[in-house]
Amino acid sequence: MKGSRAEEKIMSGCAISGILNRKGNRFSGEEIIDSIALMHDRSNGLGGGFAAYGIYPEFKEQYAIHMFYDDLDAKEEVDYFLNRHFNIVVAEKIPTREVDKVSNPPIIWRYFATPNEQKLAESGLADDEYVAQSVMNINANYRGAFVVSSGKNMGVFKGVGYPEDIGEFYKLEEYEAYLWTAHGRFPTNTPGWWGGAHPFTLLDWSIVHNGEISSYGANKRYLEMFGYKCTMQTDTEAITYLFDLMLRKHKLSLESAVKAVAAPLWSQIERMEPKEKKIVTTIRTIYGNALLNGPFSIILGHKDGFLALNDRIKLRPLVVAEDKERTYVASEESAIREICPEPEKVWTPRGGEPVIGLLEGRRGV
Amino acid sequence: MSLDYKVPEFIIERDRDKCIDCQVCERQCANQVHIYDQDLEKMVAQDIDCVNCQRCVKLCPTNALTIRENPSEYKKNKNWTGNMIENIQKQAASGGILLTGMGNPTAKKIYWDHILLNASQVTNPSIDPLREPMELKTFLGRKPDQIEFDESGELKDLPPQLELDIPIMFGAMSFGSISINACKSLAQAASDLGLMYNTGEGGFHEDLYQHGERTIVQVASGRFGVHNEYLNAGAAVEIKVGQGAKPGIGGHLPGEKVGAEVSKTRMIPKGSDALSPAPHHDIYSIEDLRQLIYALKEATDYKKPVSVKIAAVHNVAAIATGIASAGADIIAIDGYRGGTGAAPTMIRDNVGIPVELALAAVDDRLRQEELRKNVSLVVSGSIRNSADIVKAIALGADAVYVASAALISLGCHMCQKCYTGKCNWGIATQRPELVKRLNPEVGAQRVKNLITGWSHEIKEILGGMGINALESLRGNRLMLRGIDLTDKELEILGIKHAGK
Amino acid sequence: MAVIDAQGVYYRELNQRIKELLARGEREITLNNINGQRYIGDGLTEQAKLIINGTPGNDLAAFGNGAELVINGNGQDGIANTMNGGQIIIHGSVGDTLGYSMRGGEVYVKGDVGYRVGIHMKGYQDKQPLIIIGGTAGDFFGEYMAGGRMILLGLDRAEAQDIVGNYVGAGMHGGVIYIRGQVEDYQVGQEVKISGLDEDDRKELKGYLSGYCQEFDYDLEEVLNAEFCKLAPCSARPYGNLYAY
Repeated sequence: MKGSRAEEKIMSGCAISGILNRKGNRFSGEEIIDSIALMHDRSNGLGGGFAAYGIYPEFKEQYAIHMFYDDLDAKEEVDYFLNRHFNIVVAEKIPTREVDKVSNPPIIWRYFATPNEQKLAESGLADDEYVAQSVMNINANYRGAFVVSSGKNMGVFKGVGYPEDIGEFYKLEEYEAYLWTAHGRFPTNTPGWWGGAHPFTLLDWSIVHNGEISSYGANKRYLEMFGYKCTMQTDTEAITYLFDLMLRKHKLSLESAVKAVAAPLWSQIERMEPKEKKIVTTIRTIYGNALLNGPFSIILGHKDGFLALNDRIKLRPLVVAEDKERTYVASEESAIREICPEPEKVWTPRGGEPVIGLLEGRRGV
Repeated sequence: MSLDYKVPEFIIERDRDKCIDCQVCERQCANQVHIYDQDLEKMVAQDIDCVNCQRCVKLCPTNALTIRENPSEYKKNKNWTGNMIENIQKQAASGGILLTGMGNPTAKKIYWDHILLNASQVTNPSIDPLREPMELKTFLGRKPDQIEFDESGELKDLPPQLELDIPIMFGAMSFGSISINACKSLAQAASDLGLMYNTGEGGFHEDLYQHGERTIVQVASGRFGVHNEYLNAGAAVEIKVGQGAKPGIGGHLPGEKVGAEVSKTRMIPKGSDALSPAPHHDIYSIEDLRQLIYALKEATDYKKPVSVKIAAVHNVAAIATGIASAGADIIAIDGYRGGTGAAPTMIRDNVGIPVELALAAVDDRLRQEELRKNVSLVVSGSIRNSADIVKAIALGADAVYVASAALISLGCHMCQKCYTGKCNWGIATQRPELVKRLNPEVGAQRVKNLITGWSHEIKEILGGMGINALESLRGNRLMLRGIDLTDKELEILGIKHAGK
Repeated sequence: MAVIDAQGVYYRELNQRIKELLARGEREITLNNINGQRYIGDGLTEQAKLIINGTPGNDLAAFGNGAELVINGNGQDGIANTMNGGQIIIHGSVGDTLGYSMRGGEVYVKGDVGYRVGIHMKGYQDKQPLIIIGGTAGDFFGEYMAGGRMILLGLDRAEAQDIVGNYVGAGMHGGVIYIRGQVEDYQVGQEVKISGLDEDDRKELKGYLSGYCQEFDYDLEEVLNAEFCKLAPCSARPYGNLYAY
């Protein structure tokens, strides 16, 4: 059974965790598995996943497209599409191992590819937009196929199961990344579909997310006006697209995007200095439908680092810690202490206060 | 003289044990229903003139009065109802157009009542609005697609916006159709609550200029009282193309209502009819609307948002798209249940479509055209309570116009005789002795109480949904479910049936 | 006196420049190479003079309230829309809907005008708008007219050409229209009564026309020396009995 896409809104609770090595030194997936595994009871075995940045240095110029296929027919159709629209350097099965608790995986494949020059020129799009539209096209129009991730030098590994089992299934101990994020899922219903697990991605953006967003209906319909197709019925997909819209397409600073998704209250804006007040008022006025309302904590991963954020009235937990080289973020402090018993600093950010972890020398996500 | 077939619509019952013949009812009734009979030495009533406005009932110190529908019934006939027969007799006697007031009272489906709201249970928390923040602030006006900076990196100013503390505005009611005290009540309430009120096409009375920041000045086809100062005295300008109660119809304010003050405010001679043409004679096509929108923007130096109000009619979605692309900052859609001071009955009850369906269709179309993020959407006709407002916003509105409900808070009892000018509650009248019955301070307080109550209710409903800012409800149709609706109705409304 | 070369300048920029010059105290501005720019003089309240050389765009002097505009050329549609004061002198012909809902000020047109001129023109106290047209007018002249004066002269027209179209003064409930010549009953709305001029009318007409004739260099006596008819409303309340209460 490959499961199927949800027809109705998926509600779920979760655990999240992330580790960044700010110097860019890469480390294996073992630690992130240990961290997320400690929060086993926050998920229910119906979804686990990881995003890893820096894992494909030998293919860092190509888009790494991770795919799920229900069957070979689906693969054949997408292969045809990809071959027409991309120059594929490598296409291969993603290595996995047999794990008792992980069953019925789809066909899992990865491609390292660049846009076909002629098609790209015809489209008149920038590389990233070309890839983003291709991804949304496959997800919306190709039955039995799903794009798991599509960034460069990064990849997402996810499935139905507890996250530690998913990590084992994908042999994540064999990969080295400078940024790992992880997710353990607790959905209220059981679509049991591998594509529905987190992280959710578009290009370099990946999102792991804990919570249920009451504003989904408003966010989704807002995104549709900018050409995004929310086909997954999940908050996480909508959040990913919101950040893609604001950061990539509208070139907002990360701080500004945060002011949209976790907007300060009007009463707080009232007390701001005139210049800041104007900026925040403008952002809230234009991006009102981008406000994420309801409980959430998220880790937005990117090639340059991560943003961790929870909702503006802090209905979901989030803990951050730092040591010499690394920044940790997780739903529970214990999940950090499990892999870093004595961090130099531990704190819990306030509601709506972004935690930005960056590679050294990078100015923003 | 031909026989007048008129029979009383209402019967006044006077409890003789309670009546003290104090004549309050006589003094209160502008229709002269109650008369003290000197010979009989007691109060008697002329039922035939009663409009059932409840004024005498409410003011009777001994609660001696009851008004009932005339129980006399015509022979049962689903087709030729008593109402149909009486209308024909009325026209046979006069040769006139049937005239009525307020909104469509017919039994057609009210979609608000077939829509149910959501609440959070377990998977996300409901929020307690009494103790946690709950934001209803709304900005109406054109929004750019994205935040914009100038060459030096400075944030560009937004186009002009109306800032509402609660997503409610008082719909257009002209001075002339309603009394100055009713206007003052609404304007004062809007100022105090941080809302907007709308002048209608009655001009801007000098006593109301103090509320300019909370005023939308209307430009309708008659252009009454419209001049440069008027346009710049309000916070926004609204072009009234149509009204839900009478789409495609102009307006006739009869000369009796054009007294000294109305004359001055509308800038027309006393006692002359104020005739509003059916169309704007400078708008015969969509490109002409653009021309007028920009004429108004030029005259106000681009400092005021321009709204365009239309009646909800068959092609409303396409029309609204045209309005948005013609440069309107706000689109106001008035449904076929919207109120009016006077409208031909046949028009009011048969022309136009329900605002719920119009709203859903317009919001959808504007989103398909990727215009909804730029233009604001206001609906009206009729919004009866806070739940209607929540449903309207979840369907896709930015804010609502409330008019009939505001008048009811001022004392209106929906007798629907506004066009007679004899409103005993001092609302739809220009007679000084009636107007003074409505104390504008008391009126303002009653309107404020109503809206305050509604805003508490909206916050409670939002809190129940787990939402603490109105923008997260806007267009969020997942918060709605339908009952007793066909698949087609659900499809148009863009909502699922309850249970799904 | 300032001069703006409007060649290729979009209306928004042009009107902004005009407003800036007026704000700086300029009182006479010549606009050259005008062609199609809308809203010139829109909403102006200043006592200033704009000389427009070319063909100005629609809604010229809409919501105007004091400025004087001289157009050396033809005008288009919607001139003096909802105008409250000021003067417009057009040395040519104009399009439709001149003076819609105009409440004050004067418009002199040397040539012909289109349809629906003076529609819903209204007067109030000392504000009595005036439109004088040297040539001919189309249908619905003075429809809904509620106040003010319109004078149609029909000078220099071809013999076969009617001075005015049909439905003249339909719905008229105020104001007066003077026409230099005859109109037939079928040409006017049922709310209009046609009469000849009495002494007071002639005096009034002479007063109105003296400025016009001076402006366009006509002989006042010659213009006056013709048969005029006067159109006035039968009632200020044409639709009083339309409704069944």
